[in-house]
Amino acid sequence: MSTTEGPPLIPGAEAKKISLDRESAGAHRRGGWFNGLGQRWNALPRQKQWFYLIIIVVLAYLLPVVNPPFISTEPGNNWPLACAQMSIYALVAVGLNVVVGYAGLLDLGYVAFFAVGSYTAAMLTSPDSPYVHIPYLWTLPVAMGVAMFFGVMLGIPTLRLRGDYLAIVTLGFGEIVRIMATIIPAMKGQVGFQNVGHPPGTDAAGNAIFLNSNGTPWYWLTLSVIIVVLLLAGNLERSRVGRAWIAIREDEDAAEIMGVPTFKYKVWAFVIGASVGGLSGALFAGQVGFVNNQKFDVVTSVLFLCAVVLGGTGNKVGAILGGALVAYIPLRFTAIAEYKFLIFGVALVLIMIFRPAGLLPARQRLLAYGRAAYNKVTGRKGVGDAGGSRAMSTRVSDEEKGAQT
Amino acid sequence: MYRKKVSTTLAVAAALGLLLSSCANQPGTSGSGDTAGAGAGAANKVNIPALTKIDTPAGAVLPKGDGKGKCPATTTLAYAGAETGANAQLGVNIFNGIQLAINEHNAANPGCQVQFKKYDTEGDPNKATGPVTQVVSEPNIIGVVGLPFSGESKATGNIFEQKGLVHITPSATGVSLTTNGWTTFFRGLGNDGVQGPAAAKFLTGKLEAKKIYVVQDDSEYGIGLATSTSAGLSSALAGTEKVTTGQKDFSAVISKIINAKADAVFYAGYYAEGAPFDQQLVAKGFTGTFIGPDGVKDDQFIKQAGDASNNAYFTCPCIPGELIPTFETAYKKLANAEPGTYSIEGYDAATVLLSGIDAGKQTRPDLLAWVKSYDKDGLSKHYKWDSKGELQAPTVYGYKVDNGKIVPVGPIGE
Amino acid sequence: MLPSLLASMPMDNDWISFDVPSLIENFWSATFDGLTFGSIYALVALGYTLVYGVLNLINFAHSEVFIMGCFGVWFTLSALNFGPSAPHLGFWAIVGNLILALVVGMIVSALTAVIVERVAYRPLRRRNAPRLAFLITAIGVSFSIQYLLYLWRGPSPERALTMFHPTPIFDVFGTIIDSQQIVIVVAAVIMMIVIDLFISRSRTGRGIRAVAQDPDTATLMGVNKERIIMTTFIIGGILAGAAALFYTMKIPSGVQYNGGFILGIKAFAAAVLGGIGNVRGALVGGLLLGLIGNYGQILLGNSQWTDVVAFLVLVLVLILRPQGVLGSSLGRSKA
Repeated sequence: MSTTEGPPLIPGAEAKKISLDRESAGAHRRGGWFNGLGQRWNALPRQKQWFYLIIIVVLAYLLPVVNPPFISTEPGNNWPLACAQMSIYALVAVGLNVVVGYAGLLDLGYVAFFAVGSYTAAMLTSPDSPYVHIPYLWTLPVAMGVAMFFGVMLGIPTLRLRGDYLAIVTLGFGEIVRIMATIIPAMKGQVGFQNVGHPPGTDAAGNAIFLNSNGTPWYWLTLSVIIVVLLLAGNLERSRVGRAWIAIREDEDAAEIMGVPTFKYKVWAFVIGASVGGLSGALFAGQVGFVNNQKFDVVTSVLFLCAVVLGGTGNKVGAILGGALVAYIPLRFTAIAEYKFLIFGVALVLIMIFRPAGLLPARQRLLAYGRAAYNKVTGRKGVGDAGGSRAMSTRVSDEEKGAQT
Repeated sequence: MYRKKVSTTLAVAAALGLLLSSCANQPGTSGSGDTAGAGAGAANKVNIPALTKIDTPAGAVLPKGDGKGKCPATTTLAYAGAETGANAQLGVNIFNGIQLAINEHNAANPGCQVQFKKYDTEGDPNKATGPVTQVVSEPNIIGVVGLPFSGESKATGNIFEQKGLVHITPSATGVSLTTNGWTTFFRGLGNDGVQGPAAAKFLTGKLEAKKIYVVQDDSEYGIGLATSTSAGLSSALAGTEKVTTGQKDFSAVISKIINAKADAVFYAGYYAEGAPFDQQLVAKGFTGTFIGPDGVKDDQFIKQAGDASNNAYFTCPCIPGELIPTFETAYKKLANAEPGTYSIEGYDAATVLLSGIDAGKQTRPDLLAWVKSYDKDGLSKHYKWDSKGELQAPTVYGYKVDNGKIVPVGPIGE
Repeated sequence: MLPSLLASMPMDNDWISFDVPSLIENFWSATFDGLTFGSIYALVALGYTLVYGVLNLINFAHSEVFIMGCFGVWFTLSALNFGPSAPHLGFWAIVGNLILALVVGMIVSALTAVIVERVAYRPLRRRNAPRLAFLITAIGVSFSIQYLLYLWRGPSPERALTMFHPTPIFDVFGTIIDSQQIVIVVAAVIMMIVIDLFISRSRTGRGIRAVAQDPDTATLMGVNKERIIMTTFIIGGILAGAAALFYTMKIPSGVQYNGGFILGIKAFAAAVLGGIGNVRGALVGGLLLGLIGNYGQILLGNSQWTDVVAFLVLVLVLILRPQGVLGSSLGRSKA
């Protein structure tokens, strides 16, 4: 056994099949709700999926306004602000999911990109910084760009490492970024940057809309960003790049032999993940309105990873759920402040023991052939196995085949 | 395998035995490790007598007022600040002080039962906006005591400002806090710009230090204080060094201090790092004076530094509440502990707000106006703020460690 | 845009220096302190390395196994009337008390390790969970233990304990080496040697190596895999308990609910640096990490550089030698 590689982060096809069999057998015994939901969802025709999706999105947009009792984080924490925090964590999780979930690269230093994004936004908008100032919304692409640059800088030397070696190196990188923010005077350490910029716009009374005490607009902004990122990530997942990532995740050597330029695609995953990290960092900086080095420690990095794995590694919807949950639990239990992290720790253990693949486990699928092929493989005749959707996915796969040759 | 484990233990025993041989008679020979007061650091210690009582202003305003207060049952005051986290102790000291003031008020005023709510920020600027927004969005809360730390105050001051909610910080001493144009921010004590020069004067004057090493942590508080103290020390400054929040090992900094032959060290930071720092400093043979600001002045410092703390002095813009007998007994009864640093500041700040409620100022704008024009004695000092929210006549006290306790040595820097 | 950006950079350069004279002046004291810390890292690193070798799992909860040991040591010594000042005891009394504390620390740590294994990892193994699930469980356990300690003992560190006053033993080029440093380094090295012998010579050690090499084949050959795993956790716990005593000796006020976390990360880095899964690698990695960090902070003029330098060296070593300094193979170590 070679300890440098270890088994893949997600069990191979074999184990998957076994666990799938077992899951379908015991679907009603435990956690059947989620699994059943996933299967029913896949069985729905496209139109109906869109219909339900729109309802879900509308509900998601209404979340901070509704302030559902019991779920609400009040009275300990302001609910719209909690929603904003949850959405930012969800975005982080979507980005990290590209690195960990798709490409199978264990990144424990993701907070570094988040920090880079935050500092970019802060240093380009805060009155505390002596540099050039640009409007806040422009800092979002700039933060993505800077984070991508750091992604390349870190990725090129380290992505030749595998598995847990990569984990400790990225963890070290995260720490280095945080400590540098402390040491370098221009980054102001714990003193930090105050009054970070925000998007323009004032309400009827002449107050700015995007205040650090008003979570709702920030939540809506972040949610919209998440939807855009999800659409892009979904396309990427079904593209050649996405297939290359899955090949790398499942067996890097095999992928290499089959002609997948693994190193290139690993750097791609890293860089794309980094850009989303930078984007979420910039949003976070704007929302809190204050940036200093205290947020970017190892614990935060570990929490990000927890978000991805909790939701279901490799499943972007799961990542959103996981990210929101990781932000939510401590905020919800602020009233019993002393217990909140204990509850969080116990919740992590319990979820992993009872749902080892996460709340919404990723399905191993032949993505290019879509649901039609999936249904054939699993031998199920879905309700919505309509000709339309089958024809569509076949056409897509043909196009992609053409693109490959 | 059992045998192997035993042999491990034996091996260690042998190793310890071999090397401890010279330690056994050690306590007797070097003189350290004796009873408190004769630690290694005591050699050069200038002895300043401890203060045993302080004068409280005769007409000090107390929370109980005249007993005729009338207010709706929903009237609420809040504390926002650390309840958990690494620096929670300071928060505990403060909200116990507030709780005491509110209890005394409610007991004496049957017609006005003020409620008290606490919001946890963990002392972290990144987490403070959520709880603070919650505070300002609850209409019943008309006044706040907090936030305790400069960083979180900085991150959230504008939220209070937007909603016109008055807040009095009992402990945040960052100088820049009053330069943001906030009209709702009031500081119940002197800032670092007052404390730093006072500390410098104390060191070169009463403590007769000639070569002083200034060590700062990476907090805004530590950096600001180190800067203002260094400026006050001028030629007596032997060098400066930086440490980090959460640092546990200070050997590199310490060897520099010892090589520089400094006779006093000023540590600008909090006790969490200050205590192990002093402990290691003395363990490495430093015999001079250790002096820390209000962030270090805490019983936790003595608990963690042990004997080494015998060389320690403190400066603090806080008043020794434990020397006010009525306050001390009442606090002890409530919290089952001696009043800590800033307990009395929390008590006094709450008193200012409570007296406003009793005087009929029961909306946010009224209470804000009340605090703005407040001009009375509190239990600890006179409270009257200038237009920026700074106290007009803050005092800085010196403290020292005596017999395992922190005792005041009187006002300094005057 | 760029020139104006550069022009507005504050030219404050005292955050980094390249102070070679200072390094030369403080070289030996940095070396001995670095070795002392390095030995503590090495002991903790062994726990990571063994579990990793056998289960291919980063046992994130090992830092809590360590901190539980610290609490065990602290309570024992407190009960024996050790306090902030060293007690007036004869030589053998001190040795006896310290050994008692060592044993208690080892038992507490080993127990914690076993409980963590039983409660958190075994159910996952039964379910054939993906590796990331183990990692997250480990993190969850780590959080749970930390905050149980927090609820029990509060946020502040425990009262400082001085076990004995370090006395100068001998002098190397003008730098005094004290008894404390020697006790820690020598005891740690002896323990590492014993463990190394145990792994390579004893029957159980052979079992550990067999499971590390190929768990399925080992099971077929009659090795009780579950028992081997348990033994591995116990050994890791025992060493963490020993590290706990030395750590409390070196940093008397380090016993705190979250005091293990950062040390755990550095110990894990040390294990990787030496070659994870390799027992001798843990020793080499630990000592190297301790030394490099100490030299780095003196050379660059600020104690905050310690971790930066340590991690940079780790990255460099891994790029040049992806298997760590000594290579990573618990399974393939000499039979």
